[in-house]
Amino acid sequence: MAETINMPKLGFDMAEGVLVRWVKQVGEPINKGDVLAEIETDKATVEVESPASGVVLQFIVEQGDVVPVNAPIAVVGQEGEKVEVADGEKKKEERKADETPAPQSKPEPATTAQVVSPADDAPVKASPLAKKIARDKNLNLADIQGTGPGGRVVKKDVETALSSGPKTEDRKPSAAPVFASPITSYEDETVQLTKLRQAIARRMVESKTSVPHFYVTHEYKMNAVMALRKEVNQYLPDDEKLSVNDFIVKAVALTLREFPNLNASFAGDKVIRHGAVNVGIAVAVENGLLTIAHKDTDQKPMRLISSEIKGMVARAREGKVKPDDIEGSTFSISNLGMYDVENFIAIVNPPEAAILAVGSAREVPVVENGEIKPGWRMKATISVDHRVSDGAEAAQFMQKLAEFLENPVRMLV
Amino acid sequence: MAKITMREAISQALMEEMDRDPAVFIMGEEVGVWGGTYAVTKGFYDKYGPERIKDTPIAENAIIGGAIGAAMVGQRPIAELMTINFAFSAMDYIVNQAPKLRYMFGGQFKVPMVIRAVGGGGRQLGATHSQTPDAIFAHFPGLKVVSPGTPEDAKGLLKSAIRSDDPILFIEHATMYQVRGEVPDGEYLIPIGKSKIQREGSDLTIVTYCKGLELSMKAADELARDGIQAEIVDLRTLRPLDMEPVLESFKKTNRAIVVEEGWKSYGVGSEIASRIYEEAFDYVDAPIIRVAQKEVPLPYNRTLEQAALPQVADIVEAAKEVLK
Repeated sequence: MAETINMPKLGFDMAEGVLVRWVKQVGEPINKGDVLAEIETDKATVEVESPASGVVLQFIVEQGDVVPVNAPIAVVGQEGEKVEVADGEKKKEERKADETPAPQSKPEPATTAQVVSPADDAPVKASPLAKKIARDKNLNLADIQGTGPGGRVVKKDVETALSSGPKTEDRKPSAAPVFASPITSYEDETVQLTKLRQAIARRMVESKTSVPHFYVTHEYKMNAVMALRKEVNQYLPDDEKLSVNDFIVKAVALTLREFPNLNASFAGDKVIRHGAVNVGIAVAVENGLLTIAHKDTDQKPMRLISSEIKGMVARAREGKVKPDDIEGSTFSISNLGMYDVENFIAIVNPPEAAILAVGSAREVPVVENGEIKPGWRMKATISVDHRVSDGAEAAQFMQKLAEFLENPVRMLV
Repeated sequence: MAKITMREAISQALMEEMDRDPAVFIMGEEVGVWGGTYAVTKGFYDKYGPERIKDTPIAENAIIGGAIGAAMVGQRPIAELMTINFAFSAMDYIVNQAPKLRYMFGGQFKVPMVIRAVGGGGRQLGATHSQTPDAIFAHFPGLKVVSPGTPEDAKGLLKSAIRSDDPILFIEHATMYQVRGEVPDGEYLIPIGKSKIQREGSDLTIVTYCKGLELSMKAADELARDGIQAEIVDLRTLRPLDMEPVLESFKKTNRAIVVEEGWKSYGVGSEIASRIYEEAFDYVDAPIIRVAQKEVPLPYNRTLEQAALPQVADIVEAAKEVLK
């Protein structure tokens, strides 16, 4: 029985995704769980896994197509199986998009900077076959003289163009010209927003304009964490050593368990207090940031948290996150500690109620018992949606967090 | 291999199956004493007698209804419609009963019935007796529609049809009974639901069946003289439709015309073209052209009738057009 694979819905606000690349081709055998395609959502490039084993029977959309969520993208089934239904499911608009001959229609990852060139917009009459060959061979149809009816570019024309030397499209922005004068004139570059950048722009404006933020900053004594970390890491292999962030993540998770109102989402006329404590961690990626979602953080030992986060961060940086990696966080942490940042404030990541911005752990002069001596200190600022919570609760949260960070042994037992 | 006519091939198939299986019998108008309007069952009455070669009243509803009943209780009736145009009188039985009984009774009954019907124009029989309504019947799931274009296929497919447990409409063409072709010696069957490449070529694909095959083969000869190699895919069965050879051929040639004798609108050509667009869009190098009957009731006047029916010249012209 052939199974139709749909564009997955990877976020509560995801409406469509771009099919960036087919990993398997039509006719190729595929196992359940194998990666079929890569799609780019508002948030990231993610891999779509096949829910069934068999053979890739058919692609319903093409690379580069923008596909609404839940619309069919491909059919997997047994070899030789007929796929009649799936064809009909293909959306009319997509057909239309197909027919509009776009010379630059080769699928281009949105992360690539692109120079806008209005001349490319003119449609070129070409047969579907000619378009496909041109796309595969990276030819610009606009450069090819069509000899079909009405000047249509047909297969023969593309083949002629291919054999008569490459007019291969060069889409790279031209290098800045070098003048004899010692002054180089650098030109403006217009960079198209990637899907990710667009999503960040939209969500941050939405958050900052509709969520009433307030901020509470606390300074934590980190001597114990620094010492414990040093000690523990002696017994761990290099690739499993704990980071300061791992301690913070675990401490935040345990604290959240006691502050359900901050482990929550604002939803119009109600607040949803989440059962699970899933700590989101902001990860800088090319051209933006992603929040990975670590699941059930409060219930897992720190070594497991550390290794799971490492895996998710690596996938995020490679643009290969799984849907599960980025969905479901209930509270976020943004840690700029590695950049020697004293303190900063973050924007709430809706619909979450709060986010914690963490600065660097620094060795600074501190006063203890009337004496000045060196000590490890770290500042963190929580940003909270005032519709959900108030200053006192946030302050208590920050205090409670201190109990864990200043007595980190509690987190190991 | 003997070279025999379409009439002889069909006749042989009927006789071989009647000899093989006593449950097979024939009923229809003038099939017995007269030997069939197209002389397909000539001699059958003398050989098998009135029990197995039943002349019926001029009542198509009764012929098909009776055949369905016989099939449901274990016989293997072959009901003959003198022309497919008379099928409209028995439409309820053909499209609304026979194809649905097995389904609606949850498999408790089957309807192993063959309806042989003569279709097509070109014999000056007037607008009501010259139609090619194949697509109408192929529309209904549950009814298999077979329409061969060579004596070899006619014999092999009819034998398979008689042995099938499902109702089958077997459409023969009124002007093709004298067509000769080589037929294998001895017993053979051709499976229902398999299209066939009848001529190989590389420049364009002609998809067709029945009378269209005869015309397309001649057109392909003419095209070859101009250096154009046409590949001809013969559907042979309209339902279930086997698109594999069509798509395979199209992916090679990238250009196709579809030839049928019925009217163009809502026809076989429309179905084939749609399927190609759906299943091989990226291989399309030119719009698919449908060659079909002009959209008028078929005239009686010979000149007008020929003008309305698709001709070899129309196919040659369409082939050259699609190659532009």
